[in-house]
Amino acid sequence: MEKRDLVIIGGGSAGMAAAIEAKKNGIDDILILEKDDVLGGILNQCIHNGFGLTEFKEELTGPEYLSRFADQVEELKIEYKLNSLVLDVSENKVVTYSNPTDGVVVCEAKAIVFATGCYERSPGAIQLSGDRCAGIITAGTAQKYLNIHGFLVGKRIVILGSGDIGLIMARRMTLEGAKVLCVSELMPYSNGLNRNIAQCLNDYDIPLYLSRSVLRVEGKSGRVEKVVLAAVDDKLKFIPGTEMEFECDTLLLSVGLVPYVSLLDKLHAEMSSTRGAKVNDQLMTSIPGLFACGNCLHVHDVVDFVTDEGRDAGRGAANYIKGLSNKSKHIEVKPGNGVSYVIPQFIETDLNNDITFKFRVRKPIKNVFVNFKSGEALIHKVVKPVLIPSEMVMIKINKDKLKDLPLSEIEVSLEER
Amino acid sequence: MKELTCIVCPRGCRLTIDDELNVTGNSCPRGAQYAKDELTNPKRMITSFVRVKNRENTVVSVKTSTSIPKGMIFDVMNEIDKVRVSAPTKIGDIAIKNVLNTGADIIITKNIK
Repeated sequence: MEKRDLVIIGGGSAGMAAAIEAKKNGIDDILILEKDDVLGGILNQCIHNGFGLTEFKEELTGPEYLSRFADQVEELKIEYKLNSLVLDVSENKVVTYSNPTDGVVVCEAKAIVFATGCYERSPGAIQLSGDRCAGIITAGTAQKYLNIHGFLVGKRIVILGSGDIGLIMARRMTLEGAKVLCVSELMPYSNGLNRNIAQCLNDYDIPLYLSRSVLRVEGKSGRVEKVVLAAVDDKLKFIPGTEMEFECDTLLLSVGLVPYVSLLDKLHAEMSSTRGAKVNDQLMTSIPGLFACGNCLHVHDVVDFVTDEGRDAGRGAANYIKGLSNKSKHIEVKPGNGVSYVIPQFIETDLNNDITFKFRVRKPIKNVFVNFKSGEALIHKVVKPVLIPSEMVMIKINKDKLKDLPLSEIEVSLEER
Repeated sequence: MKELTCIVCPRGCRLTIDDELNVTGNSCPRGAQYAKDELTNPKRMITSFVRVKNRENTVVSVKTSTSIPKGMIFDVMNEIDKVRVSAPTKIGDIAIKNVLNTGADIIITKNIK
């Protein structure tokens, strides 16, 4: 059996950052397993610019951003295998993977980092009704066809979902000669950046319809012919008589991303409401030696934060391999009023000087206190002028503040000012 | 008075600019410059791809080296569509020099081996 100190599953932003950081923390025997034929993950198809403002203080395109890390992986002589699909991971940290060169390989690791990214919600996941015809495609898939292979998937497009991928694709397809008829958003607010609404929709006069969704898709011929939108009420139920019809050949879906965790799920790791695994302050899951980071832990909006989280997991794995990460306590971190999730879910070691709590709010809210409480005791309080669900919040707290808590738990909640 | 959403960085500040080009709502000097340009000579960065001759079903991503006049976006896209390159490609290679005399080059943004 092959033996490795650290196996990293996924060679995207999170996985490369984890590998580089583990290497810098003294772990030499590292293997990155990447299922695609290049390193970099989803950034390969994100050819627009705007990446790296925090990390590099400049605006890079996705491929430029990833190349800076791929270059470091080469320089640090970190081993990686492409076209390598992980078939199984066992609780005792045995990874089974296959690729065209080596066949099926069984590899025992001292620690494993999951950096497997996320997948797009499908038509089935949103119970899209109407004909099951060709031309219904997720925005990310259309992006891969276009930006990697050079194929435009349609000529007259309706986009459902106003997340950033949907907005970016509205502009991309317009530039390549398609007519984007509209972007429809179920919620009364867009989940995309204001900047993307300005430069991807407004610049090209593409209308954004809020509180509207697809009532049905029509395509008896086998290809999408028409998409019917209708307004929804505040309970997200369709309002009769509000139908709008669009003759088109393609419906792009940008309706949310879900952490890709099938390998971890099978191990019965404790899972969170993010649909990723629960992790501690070292980003270790409930299964010792298995770590998670990036979009397979929770879906991020900024790649620089994925990179940072990858580094944290790489350091966490290095600490574990070196026997430094003994659990000295078990404090549970819970989401309270207005908060949908908090990461980490547990604080178990004293290794970090500061703990960064990452969370999202349930709905847009102005002028609030973010309270960190243990029972009745207020540990930390921060004022925030505006919080929106599409922007992850990060608040750093010194570990000294987390000493001598009245209860072994911390609740993060919002309080209106 | 005009209201704008700043597109300089992902922060997306809400800017207002008056007839004398005084800008408020910006968090950085780049935002003020953006608002002034937007009223006098709006410009955009373009990212797209060019086809790779010697690789099947493969394109390589490109960007403008600097922003170009907004009104020329589709003209520049037409020029980008005409170009073919050969792999290997290197980030920073120039696919088109000074495209349509805009002063911007079309630069390759992906390494293809």
